Amino acid sequence: MKSFRKKIVISKEPLDLTRFNLQIQSSQGENGASVIFTGCVRASKQDDGLIGMTLEHYPNMTESLLDEILLQAEKRWQLSRVLVAHRVGYLTRGEPIVFVGTCARHRKEAFESAEFIMDYLKNKATFWKKEHFIEDGNTKELWVESKQSDLETLKRWQ
Amino acid sequence: MINIKVIFFASFKEQLNCSQIEQSLDNEATIGDLCQMLAEKGERWQRLFAEANKNVKIACNQQMAETSTLLNDGDEVAFFPPVTGG
Repeated sequence: MKSFRKKIVISKEPLDLTRFNLQIQSSQGENGASVIFTGCVRASKQDDGLIGMTLEHYPNMTESLLDEILLQAEKRWQLSRVLVAHRVGYLTRGEPIVFVGTCARHRKEAFESAEFIMDYLKNKATFWKKEHFIEDGNTKELWVESKQSDLETLKRWQ
Repeated sequence: MINIKVIFFASFKEQLNCSQIEQSLDNEATIGDLCQMLAEKGERWQRLFAEANKNVKIACNQQMAETSTLLNDGDEVAFFPPVTGG
C-alpha cells in the first residue's frame, strides 16, 4: 500500500471506508494509537421524510482550508499519519459524508487531533448541505443552516 | 477600471439564480463597493447585499475576506452562506 503522512480526499464517488480504515490502521502498529471518525447521513431521519442530501463545495478553496486545518493540527500534536476525506454530490441515507483518521504515539493525541480536525472542518471548510425530503408525495429541498453550537466547539481550542 | 469574477455558492446561487458574473469596478474599489453594486441588480440581490450581514461570507482569491478588502483586476470574489459540511 502506498504510504503517506497526510492526505486530503474530496470525492464525488462513495467513500471507501474499508480502504481508509486500512490506510490508518496499517500504521497503527508502528505508532501505537489511531482514531477514526466517520459521519454519515442519518438513517433515522427517514421519519422526517429525508431521502438524501446534496453536498456542494468550493473547489480548491476547500482543499486549501483543509490543508491549513491539518497544518494547525500538526503544530499541536505529533501525528505520524492523518487522512481526511469528504464526500460531495448526492448522498442517500446512511452513506458516509466525512472520514477523519489520525495516527499518533498515544491515544490522547490521536483522539484530540481527530476532534480538532472535525471541529474546524465543520466551522471553516467550504461545504454546504442541502437536504431532500418527501412530504405528502412531494419533494422538498432545504439548505441546512449552520448551528451556533458548532461555532462554540472551537472555543476549547483557542 | 478593473474587472473581477464574482461567484455564488449554495443557497445564494439558488436565491439569485446565478452562479457567476463578471463585474467592472473603479480602481481601488473594495468588496463593500462591490456589494453596493450587486444590491442594485434587483430585489433578491438587494436583500442579500444591501447591508453587511454576518450570514454573508466572503472570499477573495479563495481566502476569507471582509467588506473592507481592496479589489484588484482579475480577482475572484465568492459569496456564500455559513458552511455546513462534515
